[in-house]
Amino acid sequence: MKLVVAIIRPERLGSVLESLFRAKVTGLTISRVQGHGGEIERVETYRGTTVKMELTDKVRVEIGVSDHFVETTVNAIMQAARTGDVGDGKIFVMPVENVYRIRTGELDRAAVTPVGVPPD
Amino acid sequence: MPPSISSADTAWLLISTALVLMMTPALGFFYGGMVRAKNALNTLMMSFSALGFVGLAWAFFGYSVAFGHASRWCGGSEYFFLRGVGLEAQGTIPHVLFFAYQGTFAIITAALISGAIVERMRFGPYLAFITLWSLIVYAPVAHWVWGSNGWISKLGALDFAGGTVVHVNAASAAFVCAMLVGARKDYARQAILPQNVPFTLLGAGLLWLGWFGFNAGSALGANRSAALAFTNTMLAPTATLVVWTLMDLTRTKKATAIGAASGIVVGLVAITPAAGFISPISAILLGGIAAVPSYFALLYRARTRLDDSLDVIAAHGVGGVVGALLTGVLAQKSWNGGVGNGLLFGDVRQFGVQAIAVLVTIVYSFIATFIIVKLLSLVMSLRTEAREEGMGLDVSQHGEEAYSHGEGAILLLDGRTE
Repeated sequence: MKLVVAIIRPERLGSVLESLFRAKVTGLTISRVQGHGGEIERVETYRGTTVKMELTDKVRVEIGVSDHFVETTVNAIMQAARTGDVGDGKIFVMPVENVYRIRTGELDRAAVTPVGVPPD
Repeated sequence: MPPSISSADTAWLLISTALVLMMTPALGFFYGGMVRAKNALNTLMMSFSALGFVGLAWAFFGYSVAFGHASRWCGGSEYFFLRGVGLEAQGTIPHVLFFAYQGTFAIITAALISGAIVERMRFGPYLAFITLWSLIVYAPVAHWVWGSNGWISKLGALDFAGGTVVHVNAASAAFVCAMLVGARKDYARQAILPQNVPFTLLGAGLLWLGWFGFNAGSALGANRSAALAFTNTMLAPTATLVVWTLMDLTRTKKATAIGAASGIVVGLVAITPAAGFISPISAILLGGIAAVPSYFALLYRARTRLDDSLDVIAAHGVGGVVGALLTGVLAQKSWNGGVGNGLLFGDVRQFGVQAIAVLVTIVYSFIATFIIVKLLSLVMSLRTEAREEGMGLDVSQHGEEAYSHGEGAILLLDGRTE
């Protein structure tokens, strides 16, 4: 069991979702976050006040997957989120102790397998 | 006896000028609501900047090209830099007021085109484009239709407040701009949703208010013609709104807010050329009919590759053509003080003249806009880079955000960058 956490550009979210769904990864959570990576600095001016924007809007995608699905998931995100410029984001893969599906009480692998797909 | 100035006419035109000027910021909100949040300021700025750049071009050159008297094709240089535009009577109002009133039309016409190129065009080239366009395309067409010796005017075309000069003209230019600047990179690949539908409704409402000055002001006096144009400006959009909503309900079972805003604007566009020429009951008919072609043009456009992002062609082009042609059908001498009858009231020729005016405007605007945009593209790149388009034009073109959280912003003091 792994938790894949990806930090991506908000404008790539649409293609990342599309790519994940095409790879049959259907269970995920997203949140809007702000972060600081190596982006080129952005200077904004409001009536004589000049500020350097150190935080950039990002989207965090969290996906719980069974081990053999990690590579598919990571590739799907990587391919869709990449623009080649600084600020494309990161993908973290972390071990997960347990996953429960609240509705059924299923545990681990059964819990992260989408409904309707027989666990192999 | 020299022509005298009427206080009543002057008062009404003073108010009308302010109303029409307000339409450009209103258009900014109408358009600004329909783009993504990262491009909201850029879209609003495309309208607001027209107030300055086109307004100044109008004062220096445009007015003279449009309302000078040199030839049937183009005004002369007699009014360049406002020379000779004084307090003398022009009709029954002071000449300066006539100049100012007409200037507000030039401004909004140029701003209308922005709907076809939002979310991707660089701001500098946009400013250069609308300034040149207002001088090379808008001013001559205004001269043809409204100039005392303009050739379309001599032909007898009826365009009360600018159906062809403003709307058909801007839409033809919008087609060329959308084609030459190219589609947004996300167009037809990703869902592009409006950031603030209430802005769009607010914009449509303020446009309707301003349009009373646009249409009823075009009577150039506080008279019966103004009263008729005013009433028709109220009635036509009511019919368009009702027909639009019913089509929405029939097709999807939902009466959409963006649909309502679009319907109002289409009704206003369609009544513009006809406002002072047709009866109020004809205005209702015209408004109702106008909803249909624009409604389907909108649906069709979304399936094409032409990224006329905010549907300038469907709303102003199709609506403008329908309005101009129906003016040639519904015009009635008993209502317009003997100016002319339409097809329905016995003058078949009027309909033909209307069609010629529309066709000539489309062709001239298309060719001239094409040349302007092509020439600009030789000296500067028209589009933002894909990276900037992804980030949004507010940050890349203006260094500001519409909805800034302010978190993580570090104050830079004068002369220091660290």
